Amino acid sequence: MIEFHDVYKTYRVNGRDIQALKPTSLSVRAGEVFGLIGHSGAGKSTLLRLINRLEEPSGGRIVVDGVEVTALAPEGLRRFRRQVGMIFQHFNLLSSKTVADNVAMPLRLAGEMPPAAIRARVAELLRRVGLSEHADKYPAQLSGGQKQRVGIARALATGPKILLCDEATSALDPQTTAQVLQLLAEINRELGLTIVLITHEMDVIRRVCDRVAVIEDGAIVEQGPVVDVFLHPRHPTTVRFVQEAEQIDQDGLREDFAHVSGRILRLTLKGETTHAPLLGRIARATGVDYSILSGRFDRIKGVSYGQLILALVGGDFEAALRQLQAADVHVEVLR
Amino acid sequence: MFRNVDWYDIWLATLDTLLMLFGSLLFTVLIGLPLGVLLFLTGPRQLLQNRAIYGVLSLVVNVLRSLPFIILLIVMIPLTVLLTGTSLGVAGAIPPLVAGAAPFFARLVETALREVDRGIIEATQAMGASTRQIIWNALLPEARPGIIAAITVTAITLVSYTAMAGVVGAGGLGDLAIRYGYQRFQTDVMVVTVVLLLCLVQILQVVGDRLVIHFSRK
Repeated sequence: MIEFHDVYKTYRVNGRDIQALKPTSLSVRAGEVFGLIGHSGAGKSTLLRLINRLEEPSGGRIVVDGVEVTALAPEGLRRFRRQVGMIFQHFNLLSSKTVADNVAMPLRLAGEMPPAAIRARVAELLRRVGLSEHADKYPAQLSGGQKQRVGIARALATGPKILLCDEATSALDPQTTAQVLQLLAEINRELGLTIVLITHEMDVIRRVCDRVAVIEDGAIVEQGPVVDVFLHPRHPTTVRFVQEAEQIDQDGLREDFAHVSGRILRLTLKGETTHAPLLGRIARATGVDYSILSGRFDRIKGVSYGQLILALVGGDFEAALRQLQAADVHVEVLR
Repeated sequence: MFRNVDWYDIWLATLDTLLMLFGSLLFTVLIGLPLGVLLFLTGPRQLLQNRAIYGVLSLVVNVLRSLPFIILLIVMIPLTVLLTGTSLGVAGAIPPLVAGAAPFFARLVETALREVDRGIIEATQAMGASTRQIIWNALLPEARPGIIAAITVTAITLVSYTAMAGVVGAGGLGDLAIRYGYQRFQTDVMVVTVVLLLCLVQILQVVGDRLVIHFSRK
């Protein structure tokens, strides 16, 4: 759906070239929710804006839905942008227009729909985001979550195939964030919309994304299915993001483990294995004793997973290890 | 009390002042608003960023603004005659009034437009809007309270300019104040004209403030 071929972007600031995005190739599939995570200034915002050319690339090719975006002339670019909805961290609603007029704006700008049809479409969109009774209010009268819903309705007005989300939940409280993310997931499911979102919170990625790319210093340092990146982060930046999301206190754990005897393992269970009665069986079969040092179980996009840190004492350690691996458990020996 | 005051003259002078004020305000807005929009758009890091155009416009605006209005009145006389056929009366006053106020108003418009959140421009661009659509559908509606405030300030500035225009034979309350109140020592005429000008300014400010509040949705 969206393809980047060696796309890069350099800015000239005070006579110095600053590389906001190093040559990057990337592919987002139709119908998926693709997350880009990075710290502020990492280049994720630039990358997102290159998709609808709010930022002009310095080089490379961008192809969206078969259209070579980088080759579009101004008029073609304007038509293309109508097929790409966008929502923003600070909503960017027009304070001088009512909710209904904000949502109607992309349709009026396109100038292809008669007023009656626009009214009907706006009513339908407001129903979808649950704001029908607020149609005649001004943005200033709404809460943050409601404003973002208006933003979503506005972005969907022209029936786009792609939705770009620029830190869409960063200005919202946790509860509202959950509601907005749920709405995005719903839209992705029901309309088959391809969503690209950028965020600095791993939690947002975990809740809605299918795949994720981690970006740092203008380059993608790691990418893959969310479950994999989440359970087996490789790049230090990714590791930090995951630890933040899971509130893992690495130093605290290390201190605790110092007092524990035996070998220490980290087990990662995924899918059906997650709930299998493995530990007891293996312990009995191999004579090892185990204690659970830390653990977490959750679901990402419908896939259950678990991660346990165990201390093993006595028995046949090697055999236990083999049996765990045979049962499709990812095992890392920490000590 | 008020024995020198010819109320009919005062009435005529008030009409002249109002004519000059609203006539020049109309042209000031008609010229200054597009000029302000152009200043904004061609400014640094804006949609139509253009160093040369911005530089030239900025220079013209600054030159006209730095000229004392009284000098502008006199310098403008040949041009005024060319435009209106006379340098006297209400018609003769309007060109210099506009030349004095339009650059001032354009700067205020530019500032009001800069107050519009860049995110709103970006969102409108992302909808596929052309530059013209961004101006009409996003920038101007969002800057409306600021532009109304700018019109108010400009109108009040024009009131004092119309008083000065009296010097070159424009008529109006200022003319009356200078010829009778100052040159003939008729203090009562001076008091009446000053009070009338004060009322005019007060009314403009109150109406302007009301409109700003009415159009502010923040």
